[in-house]
Amino acid sequence: MLKVKELTGGYAAEPVIHSLSFDVQKGELFGILGPNGSGKTTLLHMISGIMRSDTGSIYIKDLPIQNYSAKQLARTVAVLPQHSSQTFSYTVKETVSLGRYAHQSGWLNTWTQEDERIVQEVMEQTGVLAFQDKSMNELSGGEIQRVMLSQALAQQPEILLLDEPTNHLDLSYQKDLLDMMKKWSVEKGLTVISIFHDLNLAALYCDNLLLLEKGKIQIIDTPNNVLQQERIQHVYKTEIEKHPHPVLPKPQMFIVPDKQAGDDQEIKIDQQYITQAEEYISLHSPIPLRTMSSGVTGAGTGWYDTFVNRHVNHDYNCEDHLEEMKLFLQERGFDSAETVGMMTAVDLQYAVYQFYQERDFSIFIIVTAGVGNAVDASRASEHTEDSSPGTINTWIFINAKLAEEAFIHSIVTATEAKVKALMQLNVMDFITDSSATGTSTDSVLVAATQRGTLLQYGGTATPLGKLIGKGVYECTMKALQKNQYKREAE
Amino acid sequence: MPKRSIQTYLNKKLIYLLAVAFLTSSFLAGVSIGAVSVPIMDLLNILAKEILHLPIEQTNEMYTNIVMNIRLPRVILAGLVGASLAISGAAFQGLLRNPLADPYTLGVSSGASLGAVIVLFFSFSMPIIGSFTLPVFSVSFSFATIFAVLFFARKIDRSMKVESIILTGIIFSSFLGAFISLMIALTGNELRQIIGWLLGSVSMRGWSYITIILPFFFVGVLVLMLNAKELNALSFGEDRAQHLGVNVKRRKLTILTAGALLTGAAVAVSGTIGFVGLVVPHFIRQLCGPDHKHLLPLSLLSGGGFLIFADLVSRTIIAPTELPIGVITALIGAPVFAAILMKNRTGRRR
Repeated sequence: MLKVKELTGGYAAEPVIHSLSFDVQKGELFGILGPNGSGKTTLLHMISGIMRSDTGSIYIKDLPIQNYSAKQLARTVAVLPQHSSQTFSYTVKETVSLGRYAHQSGWLNTWTQEDERIVQEVMEQTGVLAFQDKSMNELSGGEIQRVMLSQALAQQPEILLLDEPTNHLDLSYQKDLLDMMKKWSVEKGLTVISIFHDLNLAALYCDNLLLLEKGKIQIIDTPNNVLQQERIQHVYKTEIEKHPHPVLPKPQMFIVPDKQAGDDQEIKIDQQYITQAEEYISLHSPIPLRTMSSGVTGAGTGWYDTFVNRHVNHDYNCEDHLEEMKLFLQERGFDSAETVGMMTAVDLQYAVYQFYQERDFSIFIIVTAGVGNAVDASRASEHTEDSSPGTINTWIFINAKLAEEAFIHSIVTATEAKVKALMQLNVMDFITDSSATGTSTDSVLVAATQRGTLLQYGGTATPLGKLIGKGVYECTMKALQKNQYKREAE
Repeated sequence: MPKRSIQTYLNKKLIYLLAVAFLTSSFLAGVSIGAVSVPIMDLLNILAKEILHLPIEQTNEMYTNIVMNIRLPRVILAGLVGASLAISGAAFQGLLRNPLADPYTLGVSSGASLGAVIVLFFSFSMPIIGSFTLPVFSVSFSFATIFAVLFFARKIDRSMKVESIILTGIIFSSFLGAFISLMIALTGNELRQIIGWLLGSVSMRGWSYITIILPFFFVGVLVLMLNAKELNALSFGEDRAQHLGVNVKRRKLTILTAGALLTGAAVAVSGTIGFVGLVVPHFIRQLCGPDHKHLLPLSLLSGGGFLIFADLVSRTIIAPTELPIGVITALIGAPVFAAILMKNRTGRRR
């Protein structure tokens, strides 16, 4: 559909873009990225016929762009401008009708039924039909953008060029516009070439991306290959973290703000931050901690500064325990959005916590353990109904900076140590009559300050793994013994 | 958000009807009223006899003389000048996306004046074109001025903001005005002619002036009318017009040429008359919206009517003394100019 060959050119003597070559296929949604001044707009101006190139050529449908007259080009290529100035207050319909200019012929430019039909159709599709008689300066920014899109579509183009189409638009308009573009590229074979400021939107919608750097092509490839962390950091000269989209297999880039004074000050999470109450034990960190956990609220990964382990009765049974837990937290002055909350039937006065110091990092472990509900994980299928509750909640606070994988290592190591403790104390699964590996409702939490030493791994071969293994084993043993002792006392 | 004064535009046919009625009544009033008033019935008879050559017997000799030799050429000239200035103002405004652009504010009128004054000062006439020397010079100078103004405005401010263009126009007006003053200072006996002409007037011009302006008028109006759609596209910006399929370079040149043609010719026959090109399109736009397909012809009709009316006022208000017609148009035009400017500024602040 579009072929660009060795394109060089710019405003004055100094070319803005240097020998760009690329192809765009019919029906493709093609994104152009690049920092300010990298030549994105210049390139788009050349493709839209506003600017001439110094050397090189642009082929549209296999014909050089110079062979097109202004009208011919407008019948093939339409542009959605970034801003549109409204000096005079044309009505919406008058504005959209101008899109038919290139299709009208003769000195009098007669308005045909065909013109009218198409104008009605595109106004319908872009949702501006309802206010077609309104004046343009009565519209909001999003509405104006839709009218301009409608005008561009009235040209019945095969290629649609967009210059930062989502600029000045609300989130929902951004999504609507790009969803519409995607739909048309798929259903009608419309080729869409768009400049994007927002790398994440480009990643979500584009089939291919062209990354410009100082007027040259850095890379043309699929979003996942273009949006590599190192590449984007290099081209945009800024701190960026790449992360997958939570629900789609698309990459997303996150800006990392510069550290402020005090941001790097090390913080040691230890027992001074613990509050022990009748019905809960909580830890309130002075800074949010990077957390991976299987609690009730704040489960999964996130950043939290408050951690609550709540005591519930043996017969606690609530249909919506998440809502109930949120209510519980709110009533006690915790912000449920900032809090990881867990539950246990274990008496909280038997909680065990211990601080462990290594050479350049430290960990703080809190365990509450009951085994009334002990299960052999390998034979859990033989358990048919809930038996008496009893839970081992393991919290590990790490005063260091952890890589993503170190969180997972830590959870694995903590689990292994817990199992060892259960074995050591000969805890049995009474249903299967075999050694138990835990209870059916165990939870684990790993939270790191993300300050200080970087710990890449947390397996048992590493200092972190060793410390977690030892600590969790010891604390679980102690907690179980305390609980055992209590029961015997009863 | 500025509320439009008339929310739904008036019916187009009605506006055309009103414009034609305005022009006709101005015309009849203009021919009829004066130091010697010609009764309407006599006037109609004279027009029917002299122009349509109907067999009407009794017409008053004196009335016929006044109408045919003094009033009619004067009123027609005023109509043509007003129409030229209004339609070229509308076109300049659309092209430059600037409701304040008109031949006067852009300095085009001054350019045309300078061209005319040079011809008057050296009192020469070019071979072949003869009596058309003055309008040809006016047109050429107005053409050169508009390009110089746009060139410098672009140098000052690439985005060509409204204020930048107007400011450049004013600078050019003053600069060109200095040359005119210089020539007036150096003139001895021809002084009165130049001054009287500079103030703008359509009196005592006779039919010969109408034959001078008419060819320019027809060509200019025809060209502008054929570019109504392009003007609509251009009023969304040059890049946008290009995207819509308008050959911007060619159309822009065509429209500027036609505008300069109309302005130059109007100035050549009547001197500098300000604000007509500003006030008339502005009012029409308020009534029927900015679509040039209607804006141009309606500005044409109303511009003609407006200047005939202004001329009538200028020669009757403190009769027997005649005011220069430019005084009347400026008295009406300047406040409107200020009003548009203020509306523009508040509009942008929202």
